[in-house]
Amino acid sequence: MTVETLEEQRVALDKGSISSRELIERSLGRAATVGAQLNAVVGLRGEAALQEASAADQRRSKGKVLSPLDGTPVLLKDNIVVKGEVTTCASRILEGFRSPYDATVVERLRAAGAVIIGRTNMDEFAMGSSTENSIFGPTRNPWDSARSCGGSSGGSAAVVAAGITGYALGSDTGGSVRQPGALCGVVGMKPTYGRISRYGLVAFASSLDQIGPLTHSVKECAWVLEAISGHDPRDSTSLPESTPELESSLHGEIAGLRIGVPREYFVDGALDAQVLGCVRAGLVELESAGAKLVEVDLPCTSHVVSTYYLIATAEASSNLARYDGARYGRRAAGVEDLDQMYRRSRSEGFGPEVKRRILLGTYVLSAGYFDAYYKKAQQVRTLVRRDFEQAFAVCDVIASPTYPEVAFPLGGKSKDPMSLYLGDVYTVSANLAGLPGVSVPCGLVGKLPVGLQMVAPALGESTLLRLADAFQRRTDHHLLRPEPVFE
Amino acid sequence: MSRISRQDVDRTAGLARLDLSEEEAEALTRDLDQILEHAQQLATLETDGIEPTAHALFLSTPTRPDRPDPPMDPESALENAPLREGSAFVVPKVLEGEDC
Repeated sequence: MTVETLEEQRVALDKGSISSRELIERSLGRAATVGAQLNAVVGLRGEAALQEASAADQRRSKGKVLSPLDGTPVLLKDNIVVKGEVTTCASRILEGFRSPYDATVVERLRAAGAVIIGRTNMDEFAMGSSTENSIFGPTRNPWDSARSCGGSSGGSAAVVAAGITGYALGSDTGGSVRQPGALCGVVGMKPTYGRISRYGLVAFASSLDQIGPLTHSVKECAWVLEAISGHDPRDSTSLPESTPELESSLHGEIAGLRIGVPREYFVDGALDAQVLGCVRAGLVELESAGAKLVEVDLPCTSHVVSTYYLIATAEASSNLARYDGARYGRRAAGVEDLDQMYRRSRSEGFGPEVKRRILLGTYVLSAGYFDAYYKKAQQVRTLVRRDFEQAFAVCDVIASPTYPEVAFPLGGKSKDPMSLYLGDVYTVSANLAGLPGVSVPCGLVGKLPVGLQMVAPALGESTLLRLADAFQRRTDHHLLRPEPVFE
Repeated sequence: MSRISRQDVDRTAGLARLDLSEEEAEALTRDLDQILEHAQQLATLETDGIEPTAHALFLSTPTRPDRPDPPMDPESALENAPLREGSAFVVPKVLEGEDC
């Protein structure tokens, strides 16, 4: 029996057929070999992780098990801080930065007994959909090493798909957990805005950012979510609602559940025909399980990408003003005055995509353009929220493709930022409206995975995961694994 | 028609404290123009009287008991300083003069 998935690991630990230490050694080994070949892992904490594993084994021998995650290995996107460890956001400007504190999700993972073994590759400051905008170079897709793993949490999706760890955390500002999840054939989830504390997640666009898990199954996603959710006094945008018990709602019964299928998402030419075929087959599967498909309208669909990019870049330009070379991060050498220190540190430290977004965000916030772009986008954000409110009056969950195509070749889109942005059409709305969304594998086109996205009303995680889990109970797409190309 | 000029890009780069090479500035002018061109579609939507959304879930700011917690110790806060002196971050001179 393999110990690749979190559930397999949990079962093996419970049976005593493997120790936590052996699991961590296995993951560290795979991270150093397969992880390095995929360029998915950018830092490991070997000795510390092994000590934590031994502590987990001792706990277990005394009959004390903290949670389903106890003693299992996990990797974190390189924008979630761990005390004493390096966090770079895949940016030159944070090279060598060591966090003086733990993110709240790190504290909660530790309280659950999880063993953090290292950091995963990402687009610089989470800006991108391909994990190519990284000082570490691109991460390769485990299903086809010539293709992108998606992004920006591409490293976290790739390590789960390649069986390096059973789960990983990413962050999702406009689809950055769900899209790489889809392109790597794993489950990627963005909870309701505020469900998980953002304390210790390096900020990109604060009103959109949310941490989310990547796993093989929806059940495992529920375990991770239960462990890391909940109010945090250190993040005033974290929800006061207590963490729902999710696993008990995964009972497979979805008869009568109404699934909204947005007309605007399925128009001809909007997406790859074979991807559409997989998604449609997924919808038919849900229908045969007793769910009811209802057509809904999301009239703002053609405007969501622009709305998202105006708002996200405006917030980013403000959030990234803190990187000035004064207190932490990289300071340019040989500077003569303060302004030159700011300019040169930032110009040398940020990559091209980050500069592009800082400039766009600064521009849309600047005098004379604020109303036409930023305020307009915030108003359209209200319209997007209303679209969903109206759709959810007649359905319980909205289903769609996660991404309009399968994983694209590395380098294939780097010349044309706008074409890459337009691919985010199915994912950004959940961020704009603060809604929970999950991508589950729903088939292959050739040898490349396709994701089916489901989005629920705010705080609707129980229904959302019940539906996604019911889908996995009836299908085996999530059991497919990439051929081990590197071994 | 161009949405954004090279001068706009240079001015904005100044506001963002970014120095751009000639090549970068040219490429960024083209990219931003393309992005803003696409964003023009928003103008076709009627938004008069529509309240802007800054936060999707309209949270009220929660309060906590006013209990002092120990702050991060200065040594930890200074650990990542590119240049420090005692408990201070050192930056290049801001003001002219002997004692500044």
